[in-house]
Amino acid sequence: MSGGMGIGASAPRSEDRRFITGRGRYVDDINLRSQQYAWFVRSPHPHAELRGIDAGQALGMPGVTAVLTGADLEADGIGPLPVAWGITSVDGSPAVEPEFPALATGRVRYVGNPVAVVIAETRAAARDAAEAVNVHYEELDSVSNAVAAMEEGAPRIHEAAEGNLCFNWEWLPSVMAPDAKANTEKALKEAAHLVSLELVNNRLVPNAMEPRASLADFNSATGQLTLYTTSQNPHVNRLLLCTATLRMPEHKVRVVAPDVGGGFGSKIYHYAEELAVCWASRRLGVPVKWTAERSESFLGDAQGRDHLTRVELALDAEARFTALRVDTIANLGSYVSTFGAAIPTVFYAPMLAGVYKTPNIYVTVKGVFTNTTPTDAYRGAGRPEACYLIERIVDEAAAQLGMDPAEIRRRNFIQPDEFPYQSPVGQLYDSGEFEGCLDLAMEINGYAGFDERRKQSEARGRLRGRGMSFYIEACGAAPSQAAGQLGARAGLYEVATVRVHPTGVVQVMTGTHSHGQSHETTFAQIVADRLGVDFSNVEIVHGDTGEVPFGMGTYASRSLAVGGSALVKALDKVVDKGRKIAAHLLEAAAGDIEFGDGQFRVAGTDRQVAFGDVALAAYVPHNYPLQELEPGLEETSFFDPENFTFPSGCYICEVEVDPETGVVEIRDFAAADDFGNIINPMVVEGQVHGGLAQGIGQALMEHCRYTPEGQLLTGSYMDYCMPRADDLPSFKVATRCTPTSFNPLGVKGCGEAGAIGAPPAIINAVLDALRPLGVRHIDMPATPNAVWWAIEAARSGE
Amino acid sequence: MREFNYYRAGSVRDAAKRLAAGGNAMLLAGGMTLLPALKMRFNQPSELIDLAGINELKGIKLSRKGAHIGAATTHVEVAGNVELRAAVPVLSQVAESIGDPQVRNRGTLGGSVANNDPAADYPAAALGLGATIITNKRKISADNFFVGMFETALNAGEVVTEVLFPLPQRAGYAKFPNPATRYALVGVCVAQFKSGVRVAVTGAGSSVHRLEDFEEALERDFSPGALEGIPVSAANLNDDMHASAEYRAQLVGVMARRAVAMALD
Ligand SMILES: Cc1cc2nc3c(=O)[nH]c(=O)nc-3n(C[C@H](O)[C@H](O)[C@H](O)COP(=O)(O)OP(=O)(O)OC[C@H]3O[C@@H](n4cnc5c(N)ncnc54)[C@H](O)[C@@H]3O)c2cc1C
Repeated sequence: MSGGMGIGASAPRSEDRRFITGRGRYVDDINLRSQQYAWFVRSPHPHAELRGIDAGQALGMPGVTAVLTGADLEADGIGPLPVAWGITSVDGSPAVEPEFPALATGRVRYVGNPVAVVIAETRAAARDAAEAVNVHYEELDSVSNAVAAMEEGAPRIHEAAEGNLCFNWEWLPSVMAPDAKANTEKALKEAAHLVSLELVNNRLVPNAMEPRASLADFNSATGQLTLYTTSQNPHVNRLLLCTATLRMPEHKVRVVAPDVGGGFGSKIYHYAEELAVCWASRRLGVPVKWTAERSESFLGDAQGRDHLTRVELALDAEARFTALRVDTIANLGSYVSTFGAAIPTVFYAPMLAGVYKTPNIYVTVKGVFTNTTPTDAYRGAGRPEACYLIERIVDEAAAQLGMDPAEIRRRNFIQPDEFPYQSPVGQLYDSGEFEGCLDLAMEINGYAGFDERRKQSEARGRLRGRGMSFYIEACGAAPSQAAGQLGARAGLYEVATVRVHPTGVVQVMTGTHSHGQSHETTFAQIVADRLGVDFSNVEIVHGDTGEVPFGMGTYASRSLAVGGSALVKALDKVVDKGRKIAAHLLEAAAGDIEFGDGQFRVAGTDRQVAFGDVALAAYVPHNYPLQELEPGLEETSFFDPENFTFPSGCYICEVEVDPETGVVEIRDFAAADDFGNIINPMVVEGQVHGGLAQGIGQALMEHCRYTPEGQLLTGSYMDYCMPRADDLPSFKVATRCTPTSFNPLGVKGCGEAGAIGAPPAIINAVLDALRPLGVRHIDMPATPNAVWWAIEAARSGE
Repeated sequence: MREFNYYRAGSVRDAAKRLAAGGNAMLLAGGMTLLPALKMRFNQPSELIDLAGINELKGIKLSRKGAHIGAATTHVEVAGNVELRAAVPVLSQVAESIGDPQVRNRGTLGGSVANNDPAADYPAAALGLGATIITNKRKISADNFFVGMFETALNAGEVVTEVLFPLPQRAGYAKFPNPATRYALVGVCVAQFKSGVRVAVTGAGSSVHRLEDFEEALERDFSPGALEGIPVSAANLNDDMHASAEYRAQLVGVMARRAVAMALD
């Protein structure tokens, strides 16, 4: 009845026809009458005092409507860009959250910091005029590296942040004894083996294929603002616009995010440019559009990762983990971005148990301001950073003890009969079969044949290495109350409305929003499956606050786990109501009506009425129990999960290193994931492939680099290296399934897994290949240059 | 981009006349280098003179002197020409190692040599094979043509019309792509002629240049082993975030040996 496209089917993506034929509709495709264009004047300096802005010449240029600055912003009472998650330091003080105005006032603090915006009749005119705006800067000393920023005498970036420290945080969840720190230190002291590493998690640029864009249209007659913007969560942008920055009543603001071409986190936030075009449109009474150039994306999109961590792992004589101590320095950039303080803390530390029964864990994190673009959530957001260091140090322990990496993991896994498992860092895991996943990964990798393959590689002058990683992550953000206790300033439920039309076709309005995840397909499959209607008769509507109920959007692999659950609940309500209507039509008791395959049937009889007829009856209620039941068939449900979900998986990677050139080639990549139940296996596989590609990018290629002072060195694809199709192996993927108990679909989320699990597997493989040459450590990205130098250093005994 | 006048030239003479007419006109070939520069506002020509409509600039001919390739011939045309591949396979290999299909469909030989990007591939082939660059005014040997970083012997108003590549007995081009740009981080072209061996390297220094030590060694013994142990100084090599000078020096040796192996293959 679902047209063969129910839950579990690899339904072809409904979105593909329009995307592949170039008929997607993105923000930049929308053009309004009388529209004008914004171009931002940006700071070329990492740190400078603003002494004056002279826009006289620019204003006189043809087609120029206005040049607006931070002073105008202040005069109009526009609020600073909000921080949506508050963090508290060890000493009880709140994190320093300096005001982040959309256009700088007083000082600029990173290269690309918007200083003024030119509005003109054409993009070219706006750009020409922006070059003619004369900004008088008085340069200040600056610093881009977090460790250097903490040193004495380092330039101070914000008055309120002594030592450039935003927060000094320790993780003591309530389940942890208050003496977690002491216990951890004791266990480290008493360890039979102690392993330590210093690890860099390299800074990344998100690089969504579609650059950010915003088009604001203020209607002075109605007082209504419509904003078209590249967003993963249009309601969140509206909430922040209305409550924090523009301060307008919510019913007067409609935010539309049409097709969105990738985000990876970078399109969650309420950015300066988006705010500025809204404000300019309201001020000038014309639609105002801004579309980022790729260079602006490099400067202005919130960046990811950038940690330096010291990690120590204590083991007993049987190689069982007894304690883990983690000390991280996180580079937050020049300001606290929307979730900038939460990512390296509450999205990170609670994942540090991994899949192991380490009894004592103690984590501290220092968040540091630097003269760089702010950092925030990027695919995985805290979990890749956690996974990387656990899986690196576990491998290092195996190497030092001469153990097989699989064996040391087996010895420490949480076992299937130990769920629910309360980890010492606060997470309650409900499910997983870690040994099962490990076995599956080993099987598809062909673990036993490695020595033979290594010999073959050697015969060709290549060093072969194998690396393993085992990730677990928290998806489906989030139980709102738990998030609130941890500092979230918003709820994190999700919502769906199911509208059954009189002919039985179904529209679903969801609060989540696809930016590449195929919701139009997957969600329709759930509806087709549950209602027994044809897949082609279901339409998913999302991305428009004028059409969909108030949801929180798409990130943290939450759409299916949280949004899909809201959808299921709404579908249940539709079926319940349909059952009552059917009971009336069939002259039976509602309790006797069964629903299946699109038919309401009196149990044990062949008397039945089709779903479509019930829908028609609901809207043409001639024969209808109007005394007991309202007409119509439309239901809304909200869902706030009781916990996160915990996907897990084992990745095994084999690489070949060319010792002459340092080139690392991935020869084999086996991924065995447990995502719980799966709605569309093809879509899931695509998500895994994409995540792995990004993980490979981080491990081998991508690195956002600044000069020590804060000039961006990797400001284009000429220097920032993205993975290409021919850099990737043919992935071998497989899944196991332990459904989660925390949502009605039993689904866990798959959007970030690859980006979380891949980097440690790859680096472990590279080190496995290089260990015979004496190489013991390499940081990401393991570029040819870096690998060759590591070999050279080992050769010369450094 | 800023506003400019667009002119579609009908002949080389026409183009040269326009170019000499004053103002700040520039020749436009495939635009694969020039257009990004205009978008970044690095260049602000008053006029672009498009060479795309000039037939005399296109095509590949083989003669006893060698392979004559018109300046406006695209990389994909060079890579796909069957006779050329049979006569000088190294040229096809060089052309197909450039960029991606879109770039190879637009970019031209003339644009590439005129631009003389220090990491471009064709300059290595032209210098390695001892080509002659022919302009509307004169003939210039590759040894004299590639002067320095983005610098050639071309005078203002001069148009490259053809490049003549002599046919080697054997030749090879080994390219180590920059991981980000896929231009040559180091690319070495080795060619053996009756008269001797030529070795040219691109990507390593400020401009394409020859490696005399390698040429002498290969003249004695044309084998990868002959290059073993010849030191490559890092002193004047490029040093950037993708590759240190020492690493580039290592790659020069490795790529040269691989180019010889390809020539022998
Ligand atoms: C994404 C990308 C990847 C690339 N990868 C590589 C690579 O791997 N290896 C590589 O070598 N190159 C690479 N290139 C450059 C490419 O090969 C270009 O084709 C080449 O640099 C310029 O050729 P063009 O025909 O596009 O010239 P244009 O961009 O049109 O012109 C370049 C310059 O040459 C001048 N010029 C053009 N024709 C003539 C002529 N007949 N006489 C005199 N002057 C002339 C122009 O005025 C201009 O100054 C890449 C380019 C891109 C965009």
